[in-house]
Amino acid sequence: MHVFKSIEARPMPGQSAGPLAWLRVNLFSSTSNSVMTLLLLALGVWTLMSSMDWALVHAVFGANLQACNDVRGVGACWGVITEKGRLIVMGRYPEAEHWRPVIATALMLGVVVISCMPRFWNKALPLIWALMLVVYFILMKGGLMGLTEVDTDQWGGFPLTVMLTVISMTLAFPLAIFVALGRRSNMPAIKTLCTLYVELIRGVPLITVLFMASFMLPLFMPEGVKIDVLVRVVVGITLFSAAYMAEVIRGGLQALPKGQTEAAATLGLTYWQTQRMIVLPQALATVVPSIMNTFIGLFKDTSLVTIVSLYELTGALGLALNSDADWRPFKIEAYLFITFIYFAFCFAMSRYSLWIEERTAVSKVR
Amino acid sequence: MTSNATPIIEFKGVNKWYASNGYHVLRDVNLQFAKGEKVVICGPSGSGKSTLIRCINALEEYQEGTLTVDGTVLGDDLKGIDQVRREVGMVFQQFNLFPHLTVMENLILSPTWVAKMPRKEAIDKAMVQLERVRIAEHANKYPLQLSGGQQQRVAIARALCLTPKIMLFDEPTSALDPEMIKEVLDVMVELTSQGMTMLCVTHEMGFAKAVADRVIFMDQGQVVEQAPPQQFFDAPQTDRAQDFLSKILGH
Repeated sequence: MHVFKSIEARPMPGQSAGPLAWLRVNLFSSTSNSVMTLLLLALGVWTLMSSMDWALVHAVFGANLQACNDVRGVGACWGVITEKGRLIVMGRYPEAEHWRPVIATALMLGVVVISCMPRFWNKALPLIWALMLVVYFILMKGGLMGLTEVDTDQWGGFPLTVMLTVISMTLAFPLAIFVALGRRSNMPAIKTLCTLYVELIRGVPLITVLFMASFMLPLFMPEGVKIDVLVRVVVGITLFSAAYMAEVIRGGLQALPKGQTEAAATLGLTYWQTQRMIVLPQALATVVPSIMNTFIGLFKDTSLVTIVSLYELTGALGLALNSDADWRPFKIEAYLFITFIYFAFCFAMSRYSLWIEERTAVSKVR
Repeated sequence: MTSNATPIIEFKGVNKWYASNGYHVLRDVNLQFAKGEKVVICGPSGSGKSTLIRCINALEEYQEGTLTVDGTVLGDDLKGIDQVRREVGMVFQQFNLFPHLTVMENLILSPTWVAKMPRKEAIDKAMVQLERVRIAEHANKYPLQLSGGQQQRVAIARALCLTPKIMLFDEPTSALDPEMIKEVLDVMVELTSQGMTMLCVTHEMGFAKAVADRVIFMDQGQVVEQAPPQQFFDAPQTDRAQDFLSKILGH
């Protein structure tokens, strides 16, 4: 009888290592490829040089209006940021009190950052959030403990962008989960209600929702009841993004095999136990990229609150420059400045999404 | 079969239609299962055998007749369903393990959340079941790191952690590679000595011959024939059963 002999595994052939080999294979594999590579390289270098020329070499960094006007068209005027940066970042918040939004926003971002780390996902976290929000609003609004009161319509700039995003996200995410579950419910009333909500909100632009929340809602309120403009705006943004997020989550729910809920049922788990421990952990893990998409969208959509006279980062930029004819010509530099801020935050969010995706994939090992 | 005792499961004139397309999937089913009985249910695909056993733990509802499981009539009453599900374990063709939880977490989920057992005790008991299905060394792995046969044995252990009176097997070996079928069947054969009532939908005729007290043959939603395995395989009474057996045993 023949005895089975296994053949030793060996590495795949033709896998040359090293940067030189990589270059040859990927960039210089043929004459036309080499020409293309060199042309693109030249174009890249030229673009970089000329933008460096504008951004660094001929640029003016001090808040010197005369110097800025002299280099117009040739060099950047970063002086506009030195001059107006504070107004852009802080909006209409009274200048003497700027330390308050700085501390409050740092606190809020700090809590958001620790909430992103799984090792802090425990029972203390909701408590930390509650505490943070109390401190945040006392600091921002004042009128207590010797702090001057600052009306909510004075809040603005980056702190407002952060606050609108963070609060709307924290409210929209759970709401979206309930709406997504509701759309798959066996109970016709709940199902219809959730479907109606999603379709209604999705059929309307955010600007309209904000406008309605801000100007129409007070008309329906009983005499004497006044809801703060910030609350109205947060509710508007929350309802809007929750509708989109609910559809994303519903997609994740639908991707889950029916056997999972059946197995949970045979184990005697209740509906809510099944959703919490079996369905949602798997469904949400599959839609992490799309949820992050909605979050990033929400972050940038907060710039639309200018329509109801709240001046968050983008709005504050307009406020800072439109009112000052001297500095108005240097909008590009100012916009680049807030672009950098928006980009830094969006990029951080997308890196976090990748990380959490990998982390949830570990437990699946396909 | 002990005919004098009260049956643990009883179908009386049960009829079921699929709500989605109105298909009449179970037709006038009358069956009794005695405590501790081992029954194999076979029949062509679409004959309603899976649906039949899925009715027993209320994964499917029925429209006519009565189905009584251990004294509880399964109907619209949700309380009855909870009661029954605590006593009935089920093993699926596709295993249906929870891929985001480790083997051990899969096993202690129901004991800790439904039976409210302390975690430590649940782990100890789960370990006993894992040893019984010979998979204790994989307790901290995730299901998808295991082979199909191993996964199915974990699924059996998970069902056993409910300490059920009744075990339902819905084609437990149909999704497995040939080499893994035996390890699962071996575990199931061992279980037959535990005194549980076992209902198994399967085409493993060797298993049926070895352990079943009775074989039920279904076609088109009806119970066509039921008999002890020896009698069923050697002398099927109906032409339909003869035809079916000639096809599955023919080669």
